[in-house]
Amino acid sequence: MLAFTFSQLAQQVVSGLASGGIYGSLALAIVLIYRSTRVVNFAQGEMATFTTFIAWSLMHHMSYWPAFVLTLLIAFGGGVALERVVIRPVERAPVLSVVILSIGLLILVNGLSSWIWGSDVKSFPSAFSTRPIRVGGVAFSIQDLGVIGVSLGAVALLALFFRFTKVGLAMRAVALNPGESELVGVRVGWMLALGWGLAAALGALSGMMVAPSVFLEPNMMLSVLLYAFAAAVLGGLDSPLGAVVGGLTLGVVLNLAGTYVGFVGSELRLAVGLAVILAVLLVRPAGLFGRTVARKV
Amino acid sequence: MSGRLAWSLRLAAVGVAAAVAAALPFLTSDFLSFQLARMGIFLIAIMGLNILTGYTGQISIGHGAFMSIGGYTTAVLASQHGVADYWTVPLAGLLTGLVGLAFGVPALRLAGLYLALATFGVAVATPSIEKRWEGLTKGSTGISLLSFHSNHWLYGLTWALAAGLFVLAWLIVRSRLGRTFKALRDSEVAASAMGVNPAFYKTLAFGISAFYAGIAGALYTIQNAYVSPDTFPITLSLYLLIGAVIGGLGSMAGLLAGAAFVEFVPIHASGIVAAISPFDLNTKSAGVPSVLLGLVVVVLVLALPDGAAGLLRRVGSPLTRRLYSRPP
Repeated sequence: MLAFTFSQLAQQVVSGLASGGIYGSLALAIVLIYRSTRVVNFAQGEMATFTTFIAWSLMHHMSYWPAFVLTLLIAFGGGVALERVVIRPVERAPVLSVVILSIGLLILVNGLSSWIWGSDVKSFPSAFSTRPIRVGGVAFSIQDLGVIGVSLGAVALLALFFRFTKVGLAMRAVALNPGESELVGVRVGWMLALGWGLAAALGALSGMMVAPSVFLEPNMMLSVLLYAFAAAVLGGLDSPLGAVVGGLTLGVVLNLAGTYVGFVGSELRLAVGLAVILAVLLVRPAGLFGRTVARKV
Repeated sequence: MSGRLAWSLRLAAVGVAAAVAAALPFLTSDFLSFQLARMGIFLIAIMGLNILTGYTGQISIGHGAFMSIGGYTTAVLASQHGVADYWTVPLAGLLTGLVGLAFGVPALRLAGLYLALATFGVAVATPSIEKRWEGLTKGSTGISLLSFHSNHWLYGLTWALAAGLFVLAWLIVRSRLGRTFKALRDSEVAASAMGVNPAFYKTLAFGISAFYAGIAGALYTIQNAYVSPDTFPITLSLYLLIGAVIGGLGSMAGLLAGAAFVEFVPIHASGIVAAISPFDLNTKSAGVPSVLLGLVVVVLVLALPDGAAGLLRRVGSPLTRRLYSRPP
């Protein structure tokens, strides 16, 4: 059994928050799309991997931050285009066909990644040094703090966008009631496309944040996607706040379970993610922050 | 056409098909009978998935994981307890069916998307659980079977079982049980108002389809004479669902096409892409089969609502009817 020290606990919580921020951003991407279109995008993780590969290629020609921003823009454009071309025609189709479409996209994008960049593992640069800094006798890694900063910063920006801009308001209106939004002059279709763009950019962000620690390869986001689903379900699939809180909680829980529960170790983390999904769906299907909706005939 | 004539035509067709199927391994290469045997295994798994997804309307992205339970049952019984490997097949089916029933208990509370999410989690997490459970599974090393079978023998076993299971699936689908499944698929609320217990029947559907997956997994393990946590990756689960969709969900006969698609398209993908691509591409990459498969699925789902004419519609017509004529 490991000796329990406060400094170790603090380190584990902070690095849990860092991975939690990554799960939270991908979960938020899933929630953004689910809120407006009632579709769970199974291809979200593969889209994130693809854009991370784009960032990797760009970083051979420019320094980190310009490549980072350019990747977010490319991801945004790609997300909008994808919604317009592929998702638009099935807007009113049943759940099953949309799920299958997104699984088709998952396989397609995964194949494209390994076709273009090969399936060998690549190292991805980190924006932050891995050097530790000491705060009150506890050593934290700068990378963890940086990842927390970037993910929470992106979430805060997004919250401000939804709260204070006219487009943000329109997007919220479309998520709540597409029919009536259309009547007051909101261009519903473009708002949905915008949502896909933002989700793709968030996915790219999470991919670029997770790549330095898990290394870049075509299946990189598969397990992250499972954690993001768990986070989104935990927080409630239609609650953006819930996705972020769920992500951070899950990150910390996974890290603590991996460190202090000998049985879990590093291998059963995925099983813990699955257990979280099942437990939440059984006990409180709406999640922590979600609304309960009555079923209709 | 009179009923009797139609029936005798059908019987004749089945007879011819059976004769062709029995003669096929002797007319083709040994390797092709290996592939055809594997196609039969996919067919069995897809038949089970079809009962769950096509007839009951429950999406499972985790059938590869259920196949792995059957696979490990066979491997453990055959290698550690000395049971002849073909006798483990029914046991593998029953055990996996029980696990499916157990999983169906939480699953019955999950509608549509949530079940898809949960089964996706199962597919992703199962290999890591199998790696961790070393006492039984030997971890990443995997378990080798000591038995050896010719490809003709495997072909015969697989297709005989596939034929039997096809008849079983057909009987289920045509029975009162099948009608109950369809009623649940079309409207759960309306079906329960008519006295159907959704929890019970959804769990049962899950159990039946897991039974099929378990048998497929056992056969897969016998064919490879080896099983490891990586034998049944998430890709396999996705391919099975795609096979069911391409075969036309809710139709039994189209499943043959779905199984053939899943078996043969990835193998010949690089040739197909090289033939249809106008550019000079390196089509030997590992990603090419996925690109082709994903593209076919996306195009199929997109093209069908617009009523794409010709072959595409004929191949997918059960799909169009099942997928697009219902309210969401």
